[in-house]
Amino acid sequence: MPEQMIVTGGLVIDPARKLEAVRDVLIEDGRISAVAAGLHRKPSLKGVPSIDAKGKWVIPGLVDMHVHLREPGREGDETIATGTKAAARGGVTTVLAMANTEPVCDTPSQLSFLRAKARTDAAITVLFAGAVTLGQKGEKLTEFAKLRAAGAAALSDDGRPLMNAGLLRRALEYAKDLGLLVIDHCEDLSLSNGACVHEGPAALRKGLKGTPWAAETVQVVRDIALAELTGARLHIAHVSAAASVDAIRAAKKRGIRITSEAAPHHFALNDKDLPGYDADWKMNPPLRGADDRLALLAGLADGTIDAIATDHAPHGCAAKSLGMDLAPFGVIGLETSLAVALTDLFHKKVLTRRKLVERLSSGPAGLLGLKAKGTLAPGSDADVVVVDPDAIWTPEAPFLSKSRNTPFAGRRLKGRAVTTLSGGRVVHAL
Amino acid sequence: MAPTTWERKDLLGLEGLSAAEIETILDLAASFKTAPPADDLGGRTVAFIFTEASTRTRSSFEMAAKRLGADVLSFSPVGSSLSKGETLLDTFLNLQAVGVTHFVVRHERSGVLEELAPLLKASVINAGDGWHEHPTQALLDLLTLRDRWGSFKGRKIVVLGDIRHSRVARSNLFALKKLGAKVVFCGPTPLCPDDFSALGATVEHDVEKALKGADAVNVLRLQIERMDQGFVPSLADYALSYQLTPARADLMKPEALVLHPGPINRGVEIASEVADGPRSVILEQVANGVLARMAVLSLCEKGRSLA
Repeated sequence: MPEQMIVTGGLVIDPARKLEAVRDVLIEDGRISAVAAGLHRKPSLKGVPSIDAKGKWVIPGLVDMHVHLREPGREGDETIATGTKAAARGGVTTVLAMANTEPVCDTPSQLSFLRAKARTDAAITVLFAGAVTLGQKGEKLTEFAKLRAAGAAALSDDGRPLMNAGLLRRALEYAKDLGLLVIDHCEDLSLSNGACVHEGPAALRKGLKGTPWAAETVQVVRDIALAELTGARLHIAHVSAAASVDAIRAAKKRGIRITSEAAPHHFALNDKDLPGYDADWKMNPPLRGADDRLALLAGLADGTIDAIATDHAPHGCAAKSLGMDLAPFGVIGLETSLAVALTDLFHKKVLTRRKLVERLSSGPAGLLGLKAKGTLAPGSDADVVVVDPDAIWTPEAPFLSKSRNTPFAGRRLKGRAVTTLSGGRVVHAL
Repeated sequence: MAPTTWERKDLLGLEGLSAAEIETILDLAASFKTAPPADDLGGRTVAFIFTEASTRTRSSFEMAAKRLGADVLSFSPVGSSLSKGETLLDTFLNLQAVGVTHFVVRHERSGVLEELAPLLKASVINAGDGWHEHPTQALLDLLTLRDRWGSFKGRKIVVLGDIRHSRVARSNLFALKKLGAKVVFCGPTPLCPDDFSALGATVEHDVEKALKGADAVNVLRLQIERMDQGFVPSLADYALSYQLTPARADLMKPEALVLHPGPINRGVEIASEVADGPRSVILEQVANGVLARMAVLSLCEKGRSLA
């Protein structure tokens, strides 16, 4: 007998198959085996363990293509075990872990070690990005073919921008031949120049050093030119500025293979929301202006922005207590991304529920070439989330993440994951 | 003396104060000119935590504390706990435990006191935090202007120079706007971005236009390091466009005043003839600084007993 489970009576939303209807979902041996109405009444399925999803949504697990798990090197802030538990709680069943660990994930052996660690420690699927350059120093390319053979799901120096355009060109060309996606953190360091917040009236009022939106956009525009030149796929991480969204939209219209993601904090908050000097609100790129936020909403709605990704970046309280200018950049987000997206995108009618699921799940799965993720089609991995779109709750510490640096603590949110299945196993249940 | 509107133990900035609170400080400071200061801080200990060098602000505060009868505890961050990796809060808590009742703090980081002050029983007085605020400097500017004018209503004050990096400019703007004055920020765009208009200032990059008909100009010091950071190509180039020369000073109203928080770069942001000329109230500012700081220490002491 196969190991079975049935999720009954929920509104199944599967954008990949344009499905939006009340259905039962049958899971067998960790995969979706059937999606149909009234499955639970079948005599052959009598006695199969079931999850009642009546009145709730049933969606494919979230794919978060931008996460920092801090292992190895900074296990005090997060580990694969704690980061993936936090993900499960937020309805996230696949994460792409960035390479800026200590040491940097820039060799096949490092990647193999991490994948082995994930097999024993992770509650959900963890994919790993390999670095684009050795040590993320921006000087010498890593061995892309070896990294791919060792299982790298993408390439990124995230945390650091690739300042050398010539090097990025070669990286794109080489990655294109191997079918690997290059993800770029767009920031011109000569413009950001040690700033801690967005350059604008809020920064001037507080006397804080600001980075202009152009620090991002000049790199985005450069990247678009290089994507066009090379014909390679290039993904822009954490887009924050209106002008970047405009540039990506225009590039897509011209057929350039550029994609992008936005983070919940950027589409839900702006620089005027910044309370005092609390470094739990410090991230890179920073919370931008009100118009930038509106542009992100428009970009999410029209598909210019393909994916919602958290840039989950845990830092301990001691580091975050150093003050706005000295504390490290980054906020956690895995436990709140679905809820913030529901609150600020679905309930505020920016996105339909189908588009919302697309940006959170099928969209990023497609960007990473994951055939068995981001959909509830029979044969796919049984990564399933039961969502109560109307549950009112307030995220507060303790979090399942080892860190608690989030601007969403104490904020009233509407909607959350009730149950999360990863490969057919329950990894979170309220 | 007017009835007191003051219940705070700390002075972290002027942005959060009401006009009445600011007037209360100014009234008390002005009263010290005629009435001998009371022994308001007798038996109290004021500690000075200055992570940035400062001769004038520090000596002015020390004089103020002593004239109110306080003991003064000097604290030099070099070789102290701050350089040993102790957190700033731990340093404050330890000094509070040995009996410090008032902290006067100068720190290079903006907003550093906002999280610390609520955790302390002692009064915390901001003597300049990063580029954020320098409330007592603005208070002494206000005291100097009010001595001449009586009221700020309808007055036009130009703040000239490196506004971006100036805590003096911000504190002046926050307070002067509350008291009914018009504030014009003037300087080259890298040092005086247009976004300041969102804070209530009028931003003007043409110094002649800015000064026309002004009641006062507050000239800020141009720091030499701004050249290395690319904000201005050279001090001489800056001086050509923005130095307060006698001819430019004459564009203001005949009775207009010239202020400067010091120390002065003679021949850079201001010509010596103007700095030493009849419009200049720079030394009056320094004298008023002691009175303004006495008023702040005294009011915060009363506020501390309420807290």
